[in-house]
Amino acid sequence: MEVPILKQGPYLIATVQSALNDSDLMSLRDALVAKVAKFRSRAVIVDVTALDVVDSFSTRTLRDIALMIRLRGAEMVIVGLQPEVAFAMVQIGLTLEGVGTALDLEEGLTLLNRRAKPGRQ
Amino acid sequence: MSDELRVWIESDSDIVTARHEGRTLAASLGFSAAELAFIATAISELARNIVLYATRGEIRISLIHSGRQRGIQVVASDEGPGIRDVRKALNGGYSTSGGLGLGLPGVRRLMDETEVSSVEGKGTTIKARKWKL
Repeated sequence: MEVPILKQGPYLIATVQSALNDSDLMSLRDALVAKVAKFRSRAVIVDVTALDVVDSFSTRTLRDIALMIRLRGAEMVIVGLQPEVAFAMVQIGLTLEGVGTALDLEEGLTLLNRRAKPGRQ
Repeated sequence: MSDELRVWIESDSDIVTARHEGRTLAASLGFSAAELAFIATAISELARNIVLYATRGEIRISLIHSGRQRGIQVVASDEGPGIRDVRKALNGGYSTSGGLGLGLPGVRRLMDETEVSSVEGKGTTIKARKWKL
């Protein structure tokens, strides 16, 4: 299932709607890396509220996407990780090291806006 | 055990199907949200191993009981290359990049009991159980 990506000002917002298989995740990666250049976006928010499982493959892919986005001069924030998903990830030692995270979409936008305007909080 | 479901695994979409069906069956026993996430994640890792290393195989999920205890059992079987060093695959490091990269240490930490039987060149069967406390 394709993940819709919306452009909102300088940001791209990708909202995962349902469980993703590996190909979906890789399409998301390719789409985000391309769109970040097309729209000259400063940041990408990936909303994973709908995911009930984040396994080793999804974690690695999300981390890869974040690194690729950074190499393209933008940043990525993952929002909406469910508490039980976070619990399972920690239990097996999966981390999103180096990837920004926020509680939900609103917090993610606040985080990015704050970073964009240093000293003007 | 009449409540057994089988999911044939040969593509990444089957991984999603297996964990979804497993979660639904586990939910019928009244596992907590966290336990359901553990079970679904374990199924995901087991199914992924099949796709990655054996190309195809099967996941069987059933409700089990022992005395008054009830639980769920996940059996992942394939006729792939097998695991040379089962102990190493099961223990691994703390991160999934430790060990043999099979995600088995993760399965072991998510479930209550994990048994692996593997014959090189013949295949692998992994049984993992989680009990409802």
